[in-house]
Amino acid sequence: MPLSTQSQADDEQYVLVASLDNARCLSNILKAITFKDHAIFSATPNGLKVTVEDSKCLQANAFIQAEIFQEFTIREDLVGFQVNLTVLLDCLNIFGGSTVPGVSTALRMCYRGYGYPLTLFLEEGGVVTVCKINTQEPEEPIDFEFCSTNVTNKVILLSESLKEAFSELDMTSEVLQITMSPSQPYFRLSTFGNSGNAHYDYPKDSDMMELFRCTKTQTNRYKMSLLKPSTKALALSCKVSVRTDSRGFLSLQYLVRNDDGQICFE
Amino acid sequence: MDCVVTGGNVKVLAKAIHSLSRIGDELYVEPQEDGLSLRSVNSSRSAYACFLFAPLFFSRYTIPSGHTFRCKMAIKSVQAVFRSLASLEKTVEKCDIVLDEQKNRLTFTLHCKHGLLKTHNLSFQDSESLQAVFDKDSYANVFRSHPRLLVDTVVHFPPSLEEVTVSVSDERMWVRNHVEEEDQSKAMLTELCLASDEFDHFAVRIHNSVTFCLKELRGLLVFAESTGLPISMYFDEPGSPVVLSVTDSVLEGNFVLATLSDDPNHRKNNSRRALTPPPPADDFMNDDIDSYLIAMDTSMAPGPSATGPPTPPLADSTCSKQPAAANNRTRLHSEEEEEEDDTADSSKPPNKKFCSLFFGSVIPPSPQMSTQPVTNQEVLASDSEDDV
Repeated sequence: MPLSTQSQADDEQYVLVASLDNARCLSNILKAITFKDHAIFSATPNGLKVTVEDSKCLQANAFIQAEIFQEFTIREDLVGFQVNLTVLLDCLNIFGGSTVPGVSTALRMCYRGYGYPLTLFLEEGGVVTVCKINTQEPEEPIDFEFCSTNVTNKVILLSESLKEAFSELDMTSEVLQITMSPSQPYFRLSTFGNSGNAHYDYPKDSDMMELFRCTKTQTNRYKMSLLKPSTKALALSCKVSVRTDSRGFLSLQYLVRNDDGQICFE
Repeated sequence: MDCVVTGGNVKVLAKAIHSLSRIGDELYVEPQEDGLSLRSVNSSRSAYACFLFAPLFFSRYTIPSGHTFRCKMAIKSVQAVFRSLASLEKTVEKCDIVLDEQKNRLTFTLHCKHGLLKTHNLSFQDSESLQAVFDKDSYANVFRSHPRLLVDTVVHFPPSLEEVTVSVSDERMWVRNHVEEEDQSKAMLTELCLASDEFDHFAVRIHNSVTFCLKELRGLLVFAESTGLPISMYFDEPGSPVVLSVTDSVLEGNFVLATLSDDPNHRKNNSRRALTPPPPADDFMNDDIDSYLIAMDTSMAPGPSATGPPTPPLADSTCSKQPAAANNRTRLHSEEEEEEDDTADSSKPPNKKFCSLFFGSVIPPSPQMSTQPVTNQEVLASDSEDDV
């Protein structure tokens, strides 16, 4: 049953339909935020947002704009549901890792509404697989009330340099200390481990620094374990924005460049 | 103390530290007038390594004045500074090593591309002096070769192999794995033969064998191979340490490894055995394996196992000299491990059990040759002061 004829008939009953020519694009993003089993999906006419939370201290959101999808139809202002992210990823990769260039898995994701499962139509090389994943009542994601007006320090770096720093971070340290300041040291990552401490300094005029806007000196310590999931996102991204607000809350935003578009992550 | 290393030398320094980490857990740092010395020793004090970087290796080299300073620190922490060797080359422009004696900290600052600065403040402990006593110039046997030769030799031994025995004659060097006497029949024995012309320098004054730990040597091999420096090997009699070193105009690395020493009792037993007639064929699985081996072909032909009837062990040898160890080699190979022995004595049944084994006799043909490794191991690389 070709996908196209099916869609014409059933489209009216779906409250959300999203199609991608290459499911890899979605699965890569989702892999980066899979540090917990469940994810809350909320779709708006702007795009799809996937949220994963950990013990009320850490929240990861992946925003995939509507423009990234080849087809994105939404019949309501907000569609929300919760699914098991691991299962979803397994389905997206159901054809295995494709090593042949030019061969990709096409995806059509359909959701009928509250109480209905999330239906995935996946096609590769003429073979179609239909997956139905049960959805759950979406939990309310925490609102950390991190708003742009409260941001005291903001820095945008090219991911390349941060990738290296993160891969070398001393894991015996329980915390990662981030110092952002309008004066020396402008942006510093510090660890305090068994053998001593280490500092990674990025000067504000470095090639790697795309934007440097720091209003006051702030030094905050964050638990290393909470930052670990972000390394996957870092690996995928090309740019990172690091923002702290007046409360010391840290927001890391990763820009993932797709072949033809951009997907933002935070 | 303030030392600055620039450019490609940062990677060399990092590699030296990584190779020292294969020896022991602690890095002993001692800035001296003739250079910065980095040393390591293993827990049983049977392996010692030292790298000395001359002042010219650094673009700036200042040592604490007035007093000698030495310290030790966990080698893992220093390795963490130079974690990724591949990126070191590409991104690090300069490495600054500064000592802060008041705070007991040694600071490594890496100046990288794009203005990135990595600062590592490592704590250290005061340490005793660590210096092995050896005089490699007095050793009887000296060899020098490109590291590739040794790396290619060592690759044939499994990574888990502990000890290896190196035996020399005037023209050849044999490298084989060392197996305890009681395990002879159960173990696979591997032996390689290297001709003297493969070495850049091959000077043998005493024909003997030494047995030492291979694992600790691998660190040096990795270092030498990546820097392309020739490795010199010095050894004397068993019991005396074997020294392997790499030298350059600005650095010198020495790895001193203890060797197993002789046990006179064992030697006597072996020489007695050498004179017994070969046992019946079905006996080869028991302790008389050695005698059995002696009965096999002992030709000195350079190619793969020579054909022809086996010659009695201590009788004529095709080699004009009398290198004792060589006389009893049952398999003499070119540098690659070869196929089975096809010179089984016609009077014995086909040697199915040993078709795929490469073994050398471990028996010295004559009592005066001290070639036998035994179970006791004497530690010979010692430091000049007692431990604290």
